[in-house]
Amino acid sequence: MAGEKILLGCGTTKIWILLLGLRIFAFMATLAAAIVMALNKETKTLVVATIGTTPIKASLTAKFQDTPAFVFFVIANVMVSFHNLLMIALQIFSRKLESKGLHLLSVAILDMLNATLVSAAANGAVFMAELGKNGNKHAKWNKVCDRFSIYCDHGRGALIAAFAGVILMILISAVSISRILTNSNKFSTAAASSP
Amino acid sequence: MVKLTQRLGGLVLRFAAFCAALGAFIAMITSRERSSFFVLSLVAKYSDLAAFKYFVIANAIVTVYSFLVLFLPKESLLWKFVVVLDLMVTMLLTSSLSAAVAVAQVGKRGNANAGWLPICGQVPRFCDQITGALIAGLVALVLYVFLLIFSIHYVVDPFLLRKS
Repeated sequence: MAGEKILLGCGTTKIWILLLGLRIFAFMATLAAAIVMALNKETKTLVVATIGTTPIKASLTAKFQDTPAFVFFVIANVMVSFHNLLMIALQIFSRKLESKGLHLLSVAILDMLNATLVSAAANGAVFMAELGKNGNKHAKWNKVCDRFSIYCDHGRGALIAAFAGVILMILISAVSISRILTNSNKFSTAAASSP
Repeated sequence: MVKLTQRLGGLVLRFAAFCAALGAFIAMITSRERSSFFVLSLVAKYSDLAAFKYFVIANAIVTVYSFLVLFLPKESLLWKFVVVLDLMVTMLLTSSLSAAVAVAQVGKRGNANAGWLPICGQVPRFCDQITGALIAGLVALVLYVFLLIFSIHYVVDPFLLRKS
């Protein structure tokens, strides 16, 4: 009787619905960030030099593969969205197994590790983007954003989505840890009540 | 007996993380080099780049936090906060390390497509010291990931090893 109550409690409480909603949003945010950055490319023909009266044009391409920080951004966001997808599937299809053994603990630890991963990716990319937008006088690196404005706009959108994903991953970690706490409380009260 | 070795292990890990973060902070702050280029003289210091300033601030916060948690008594109620704060601090460390490594990589190799020249050829000692600071930051990060898992195990007790 008490055992049945615990199984039902793990599956249909408000915390379960909240966690599922947060995971769906985090999945969408990180996937959007990865896709927008992966398709980020802009080609422009610029006048490089002028010989006599004929200008020499060269076509320059700004793509995300030039900057290793953006490559890491795409890869990390794909990994975190895959993790969220896996956790959504696990949450929907294994409601009964949740109170067994290491299930909840490993979910919480994986959530925390993925939160740190997506925060690293978003932060590395945002500092490189700041360097591209403002340049650096001391190192004599000139700005990129005044010539490739569409590239910078898309990058900005991807970064906003990634930071939304960071905040959502922190909330998901907090909810996962609180689920461990409530689960261990339920077990200890059930063990104490049953003779 | 098991509890004593557990607590001792946690203290050793945290002290090592404190030392690593302190080392990263000091190495980055004292990096400064002057290179003369005909009549121009270029002074390279860490505060020229925003990512290095963030790295210094983050490691300072981590150093102070580790030092304070070293002295937390065993049965205090604040250990639940320590789990949350450990996660926050680990995220701070990863983000600062990622940003500093991204910018240092551009400083070392340059970016041919953007027309950014590498600066490490002119200030090699500065570059070496930055590399050392980043390695110390990486060590602090790895130690903090272990500390995160340790804090959860210490506070939440998921295997119900403790009798209430």
